[in-house]
Amino acid sequence: MTAAVAFANPSLRARRLPKWAPGAVGAGSVALSFLLFYVGGLLGGGLTLTVIAALVLFVIAISIVSRAIEGPRAARNRVVTTLIYAACVVAAVPLVEVVYTLIHKGLERFDVTFFTHSNRNITAFDSQGGAYHAIVGTLQQAGIATLISVPLGILGAIYIVEYGRGRLASTIRFFVDVMTGIPSIVAGLFILSFWVLVVSPHFSATGLPSFSGFAAALALSVLMLPTVTRSTEEMLRLVPDSLREGSYALGIAKWKTIVKIVLPTATTGIVTGVMLAVARACGETAPVLLVAGANDSINFNPFKGSQDSLATYIYKQASLASPYGPPRAWTAALTLVALVLILTVAAKLIARRNKLK
Amino acid sequence: MAKRIEASGISAYYGNFKAIDNINLTVEPKSVTALIGPSGCGKSTFLRSINRMHEVLPNARVEGSMTIDGQNIYHKDVDVTAVRRLIGMVFQRPNPFPTMSIYDNVVAGLRLSGVRRKSALDDACEKALRAANLWNEVHTRLSRPGAGLSGGQQQRLCIARTIAVEPQVVLMDEPCSALDPISTLAIEDLITELKTQYTIVIVTHNMQQAARVSDRTAFFSIEKTGDPGRLIEYDDTAKIFTNPSVKKTEDYITGRFG
Repeated sequence: MTAAVAFANPSLRARRLPKWAPGAVGAGSVALSFLLFYVGGLLGGGLTLTVIAALVLFVIAISIVSRAIEGPRAARNRVVTTLIYAACVVAAVPLVEVVYTLIHKGLERFDVTFFTHSNRNITAFDSQGGAYHAIVGTLQQAGIATLISVPLGILGAIYIVEYGRGRLASTIRFFVDVMTGIPSIVAGLFILSFWVLVVSPHFSATGLPSFSGFAAALALSVLMLPTVTRSTEEMLRLVPDSLREGSYALGIAKWKTIVKIVLPTATTGIVTGVMLAVARACGETAPVLLVAGANDSINFNPFKGSQDSLATYIYKQASLASPYGPPRAWTAALTLVALVLILTVAAKLIARRNKLK
Repeated sequence: MAKRIEASGISAYYGNFKAIDNINLTVEPKSVTALIGPSGCGKSTFLRSINRMHEVLPNARVEGSMTIDGQNIYHKDVDVTAVRRLIGMVFQRPNPFPTMSIYDNVVAGLRLSGVRRKSALDDACEKALRAANLWNEVHTRLSRPGAGLSGGQQQRLCIARTIAVEPQVVLMDEPCSALDPISTLAIEDLITELKTQYTIVIVTHNMQQAARVSDRTAFFSIEKTGDPGRLIEYDDTAKIFTNPSVKKTEDYITGRFG
């Protein structure tokens, strides 16, 4: 304990545990738990039980020690603080585990062949093969879906926030909310029955329905649209009305106020929302499989013939009866995550560049 | 340049709620007119009805006529943006556009209504900032964000932004209520200077301020909560503050009511 300093009003001085106390109690609980459960094999033992028991022991010990020295309020504070930190760690564990597994297993096939070759004519006995065709497919499908859904979504949000009055706007808003929860397979079935089976025969020379990357893009845009609209709407609502009024008072027309004042103010948030939608679209498997079919070859034309995407490629390789399939799937998964990460960082940088310093 | 404003039979509504009732009032050109009164008496609503900002709010509407040099701005063929270019407005809280630099803020009104020529924008920016007594403080950092200035500077930036479009009337809705006394003094000096060119209408809760800056004062009041605001008395500022003709005005000014 530190020597008592002169205190004008002794009742104001807090009685605190010394700084090293929580660490010491923690070390003690870990040691005790290790001895009892891991070495002693109490209740079956094992690492998981040891960790949980250490945490429980720590909470009990720190609350007793703290209550004795610091009083009940401080003890409650220490217990709740411990629980919050523990919850934070528990939430981070799966995330770290996923990233670790992805990198660990994904690096096995992270080679030049993987990024420069397709999977054409690769049999279960071939160790080569790559995902070039799937990367092309994902970029084209997600790109087209973004081109369709972002303008529509942002314009829709502008309508709801800036122009919509009364029943129509609130109805649209309600259905956007409902659409956010659409299962992706339903979007895929919708495009299959509408675009692939009904519309696409009119565009093909043979008059037969055909799969295409564009159909996949349509299905993805059905999924992206509500996310983009909803997040843009929230961001536009955050722009203070005083800015709109300030602009109107300068004699600036409403549409110009929206384009030059409101949208730039909300850009950062809108970009975040768009990137969430893009990330979701990149990872969708079921609708792409339904309407773009599966194709192990490179197909640069999204409007004609079936096309793979990274997500469908992962699905197929992971379930392939070959020792070479799963490593390809892991590398494709790593590629997909890296791709989304790169796109997100790039989008944020572009959004930030437009900001004033 | 400055123009006369004549309000006759102006009533304003928020949905079914009548906020002001039958206001008749004439504002002389190149003068400062102060609107005073207790909270909720409709003085801000009246101010916002002068440049048709009232109708920006959902379900808000105005009845009656408001004429600027004989032209009723509530006529159905009138272009609202043109009215607002003619009658500028400064708000209670400084609201510089956060994504814009100081320069861009000042020329926003011109640029977004079609002025493209760089030299014209540069001239307008310097002229407006000088008129708002802000040029000396900011001319070395025109490309920095407008939101980075102090509160008082931001408010003068907003005034510069308003006068950059060369309006004929400037409306001010409690422009000093968020500012400290020194910034308030700067704005009041500015109002006195602007008076030589513009017609100014200012809403204020500060009666000393009304007495200091205005030529004419209008006193608004309400009977009780839920009633519409009415114009009680409108006269020369000196008369209102020394010898008001209505008992209610005297009660308010001497602090016995409101």
